[in-house]
Amino acid sequence: MATLSRDEVARVAALARIDLSPTELDRLAGELEVIVQSVTRVSEVATPDVPATSHPLPLSNVFRADVPVAPLDRDEVLAGAPAALDGKFLVPQILGEEA
Amino acid sequence: MSADLVRLSAATLSQALARGDVSSVEVTRAHLDRIAAVDGDVHAYLHVSDEQALATAAGVDKARAAGEDLHPLAGVPIAVKDVVVTRGLPTTAGSKILEGWVPPYDATLVSRLKAAGLPILGKTNMDEFAMGSSTEHSAYGNTHNPWDLTRIPGGSGGGSAAAVGAYEAPLAIGTDTGGSIRQPAAVTGTVGVKPTYGSVSRYGLIALASSLDQAGPVTRTVLDAALLHELIGGHDPLDSTSLTDPVPDLVGAARLGAAGDLSGVRIGVVRELGGEGYQPGVLARFTESLELLQAAGAEVVEVSCPHFDYALAAYYLILPAEASSNLAKFDGMRFGLRVEPSEGPVTAERVMAATRGAGFGDEVKRRIILGTYALSAGYYDAYYGSAQKVRTLIQRDFAAAFAQVDVLVSPTAPTTAFRLGEKLDDPLAMYLNDVATIPVNLAGVPGISVPSGLSDDGLPVGFQVIAPARADDRLYRIGAALEAALEERWGGPLLEQAPELETNR
Repeated sequence: MATLSRDEVARVAALARIDLSPTELDRLAGELEVIVQSVTRVSEVATPDVPATSHPLPLSNVFRADVPVAPLDRDEVLAGAPAALDGKFLVPQILGEEA
Repeated sequence: MSADLVRLSAATLSQALARGDVSSVEVTRAHLDRIAAVDGDVHAYLHVSDEQALATAAGVDKARAAGEDLHPLAGVPIAVKDVVVTRGLPTTAGSKILEGWVPPYDATLVSRLKAAGLPILGKTNMDEFAMGSSTEHSAYGNTHNPWDLTRIPGGSGGGSAAAVGAYEAPLAIGTDTGGSIRQPAAVTGTVGVKPTYGSVSRYGLIALASSLDQAGPVTRTVLDAALLHELIGGHDPLDSTSLTDPVPDLVGAARLGAAGDLSGVRIGVVRELGGEGYQPGVLARFTESLELLQAAGAEVVEVSCPHFDYALAAYYLILPAEASSNLAKFDGMRFGLRVEPSEGPVTAERVMAATRGAGFGDEVKRRIILGTYALSAGYYDAYYGSAQKVRTLIQRDFAAAFAQVDVLVSPTAPTTAFRLGEKLDDPLAMYLNDVATIPVNLAGVPGISVPSGLSDDGLPVGFQVIAPARADDRLYRIGAALEAALEERWGGPLLEQAPELETNR
């Protein structure tokens, strides 16, 4: 099993969209290495014959009646947004190229 | 009068209110005064909602005067953990990324509190996004244990437990993903219940790990927990994992237990949840409680749950994996903080990374990165897939144990409250605080922590009772029986032995 190097932590942090300072990267790499080594134990008993459980008390086919209900109040929702314009969320450009 | 009101249980307050001995405004005011007097030192609350609480209280008093039919807890004030959304009241989940956010809707359990007429005193402190066992990962400062202000109140729901323990609320709401209701209860000498998964709606809980999270009562007595559990429990169509079963008669079970007869009840001591790593004083109080349960007529046997030794490892793969997905919504677009990168193009993706870098604390970053790693290509089967298999093995251990006994018991936490800062730089040492509570969440079964005395260091110890899924009533029967037997020995509640807090009024 791979170990969690500083480069690997930087790669995963980028996937998780979290900017880290160089100091944070150094510290996290050390801490995560220890944690990952500790949790690797699960493979000792996770043999192929054991089924996986994703949910403690699984339910299936949970539906509600197809009846419209009142949506959230738009102004209340937008009041909590970092920026809003004309009744909509105002966001930065989505794509990286020139706008 | 006001000082006495804050020491009454919710059940006693409920009776006093119904008789008209006291008004809800008086009760609510007494708690707000207590908060003003001691919360500067305890810091259980992130936000106190004086005006709204008093308005609710006045409304209840008016309705009662008009002879309206009221819920038994109408007019009894409550504190709500800050991970539960409350329309019109700030909700941060202990994170800078949600500073100042006011939710546009109520969690289902909050709607039920409001409909029943419980004045909401405020929102309680917690580890950021409920990640932690000491409340030290809050972005808004530490909560202090009312028994010793230099020590942790447990976590993640340290604020709710401290609020109840310091008489700043008779009732509080907590959430428990790996022990966040039960472990704070243990270290503050209070009562906490994690209900069966799906029996209390998760709608409006800011999700940490969706397959583990469950809200429940935080109180000073077992009966109070039953009263609150019955109010917040039951089916909710807004939560697709909500069970459709009716809520069992929990108050009846608590009253039955308090009567003291446990004849015919079989109790299993989990061999793997004790011994090495457990403080001697914790184990001594545990053994004494077992003897009291035996004296009440219960049969006690030892059972083995061999895969519990792998629970912590499985939990620290499943929880970060689910959290990394749930917390992806904090992208700086629709709510909370937005931080633009200091240089380069301002695109949504770069704004998201800058926002999360600035808005999340250390533990949240650790767990999101760990979860993202465990789910990433090439590692999924070895980590997340294996952890899910361990979950099956733990469920099988529970099933085998519950074929032999009615409930399982253990110490709630391996140690008493440690000093603030003591484990902050050692994530693994912090994770071990939940070693006895985590298996319960992985299996979705219910658990309670009841105070069982003081350890050699003079700090509270908790006794955990675990029941099969949907048999939450057993927690209340056994919990109330133990509480009654212990209080008879102590001559009153354990909390009466806590030192008086200094008041600044």
